[in-house]
Amino acid sequence: MSSNLLLPALVTAGILSASSSALAATKVTIGTVNNGDMIRMQSLSDAFEAEYPHIDLDWVVLEENVLRQRLTTDIATGGGQFDVMTIGMYEAPIWGEKGWLTVMDDLPADYDKEDIFPSVLGGLSKNGKLYALPFYAESSMTYYRKDLFEANGLTMPDQPTWDQMKSFAKTLHKPDEGQYGICLRGKAGWGENMALITTMANAFGARWFDEEWKPEFSGPEWKNALTFYVDLLGNYGPPGASSNGFNENLALFNSGKCGMWVDATVAGAFVTDEAQSKVADKVDFALAPSQKTDKGAGWLWSWALAIPVSSDAKEAAKTFITWATSKSYSALVAETTGIATIPPGTRASTYENAEYIAAAPFATRTLESMDKADPNDATLKPAPYVGVQFAAIPEFQAIATQVGKLFSGALAGSMSAEQALMGAQSITTREMTRARYYSN
Amino acid sequence: MLTLKQRRSLTTALMGILAWGVALAIFFPIFWMLLTSFKTEIDAFATPPQLFFTPTLENYTLVNERSDYFHFAWNSVVVSFGSTIIGMLLAVPAAYSMAFFETKRTKATLLWMLSTKMLPPVGVLVPIYLLFKDLQMLDTRLGLTIIFTLINLPIMIWMAYTYFKEIPKEVLEAARMDGSTLFQEIWRVLLPMSKGGLASTVLLSLILSWNEAFWSLNLTASQAAPLTALIASYSSPEGLFWAKLSAVSTLACAPILIFGWISQKQLVRGLSFGAVK
Repeated sequence: MSSNLLLPALVTAGILSASSSALAATKVTIGTVNNGDMIRMQSLSDAFEAEYPHIDLDWVVLEENVLRQRLTTDIATGGGQFDVMTIGMYEAPIWGEKGWLTVMDDLPADYDKEDIFPSVLGGLSKNGKLYALPFYAESSMTYYRKDLFEANGLTMPDQPTWDQMKSFAKTLHKPDEGQYGICLRGKAGWGENMALITTMANAFGARWFDEEWKPEFSGPEWKNALTFYVDLLGNYGPPGASSNGFNENLALFNSGKCGMWVDATVAGAFVTDEAQSKVADKVDFALAPSQKTDKGAGWLWSWALAIPVSSDAKEAAKTFITWATSKSYSALVAETTGIATIPPGTRASTYENAEYIAAAPFATRTLESMDKADPNDATLKPAPYVGVQFAAIPEFQAIATQVGKLFSGALAGSMSAEQALMGAQSITTREMTRARYYSN
Repeated sequence: MLTLKQRRSLTTALMGILAWGVALAIFFPIFWMLLTSFKTEIDAFATPPQLFFTPTLENYTLVNERSDYFHFAWNSVVVSFGSTIIGMLLAVPAAYSMAFFETKRTKATLLWMLSTKMLPPVGVLVPIYLLFKDLQMLDTRLGLTIIFTLINLPIMIWMAYTYFKEIPKEVLEAARMDGSTLFQEIWRVLLPMSKGGLASTVLLSLILSWNEAFWSLNLTASQAAPLTALIASYSSPEGLFWAKLSAVSTLACAPILIFGWISQKQLVRGLSFGAVK
């Protein structure tokens, strides 16, 4: 190349290179869980990228526990591997308070934050600051087989008591015919059996900690609740119930083997889906059972999207999460995969939509359950913690994992309910003392 | 009363049955995974488990639509082969010096190397994560290759050491007498004599790297994630996933199973044709 051509060529190359880097899309890496709603969001990401061509979405889908560990490592070390994190109601206030998450203020005017259920916003906030935007939320409710109830002359009230549930289960339990009275979570885990057992304990008037953060497993309320749980599921549940979590019970219910099931409201979409449920047209819904009280009888959980402070693409990440949790996203889902597949439990407008209520037979009960769940007032006696089926303190996850194993052991018959409660009291006291909530 | 011949044939038959039993027990989980991958989610969860069902390819179609399989597979190939090559380049000289120039600390060094395998990986997760963050090696194939090399190196050195120890020193001394350089001694004499054992070491390192999940899940995100991370993405806490998980697991196992099957003959031949056997 002659020298008189070299300079213009270099200038042109420089301009092209500068313009291409100016036009380079911002990459947003999203860490998320493998749930139906999340996978749907991933499949619709083309629509987002078409609307915002300067943003590229990169997905990292992991199993819930793996994701939780992965995100915790990354956020605690400031690794900056993720621009958007899918976190739950347990992490949002704890991580927010530690200063690990970006505060979700200055949301666009058309986002309509007031449309989101206050209990959901409250669960994702700490000291009045919102740290994550809810993608979907759930409570728990009772699923039952209306055909079996009719055949046996039973009537399910709007909100049964646990005693009534036991009597129904006794009537419906016909193991010789492969039909079990009730299916409940038994698999150990703070998000598995402990979610169900804690709501059951709430209904029996129990609480995790008294006002001075002292554990209450040695009290009569926990004893009543756990003994009842072991008796109910042990006598009228499926065999091997101590290894059944959400998925196993869903499979049992969908194959027509459970008379009743108390679990997450999101299961409504699965049990009524003819493609995966043999009892899709035989299911009805009631509120989660109460007993001594209905406070904290149904849980409250939300999967939400948050931006870690270590992200170097905060603006682009915010654009994405406001899109993914917006009303227009719900409209896009309705248009693409059907109105019944809108992410549930977050926006009042979803439940004001008559078309949605008609398409999703579980919607009304979901709304009622969400309305009743209050993470700030979930126990009969006052409690110092926030959360219905968990206590939003950093120590809870480790404590409840161990307690969950003891309770699962009691269900499996490897120890008595009393022994499990004694163990739970001892573990929790030790951990809370170590964490200096109080000194002995 | 059985004759000696009859007793021998009976023993052979019993041993054959036992061998088949063990082989079937080992293969059964893989067979069941393969079978489940062709079921619908409802069939996969059915109780009692179904052996006969209408097969479907929908899980494979879904995996193909949802994930870029070849991106994950390529990462697995690069990282597994990369770490095995680097590992062998380090393990062979290390094992050579330990096997043929033993000092009073050799045994202790070997034991110390193996003791690093006894530490649960999660114990060093945070320091390694911080190091990788500072070195900008998070979510890179290079970073994962280095980690895999380091975690497999003690086993590779131990295996190579064991094979080298079986070779008489005199053979190498003879090569030296004939004027071989150190490189020639290793390349022309030592390696050909221990190729069967080294091939096993290579295969073991490849399998361990291919199957490694803890570091793959913790040190990668989207760019360098291997097939183990892809498998983990199909497990779900809310929703049926066994059939899809089986399909993606089958796809993840397939390359290394095929590789193992192809290299089986060479491996056996290598093991049984050693110079001193």
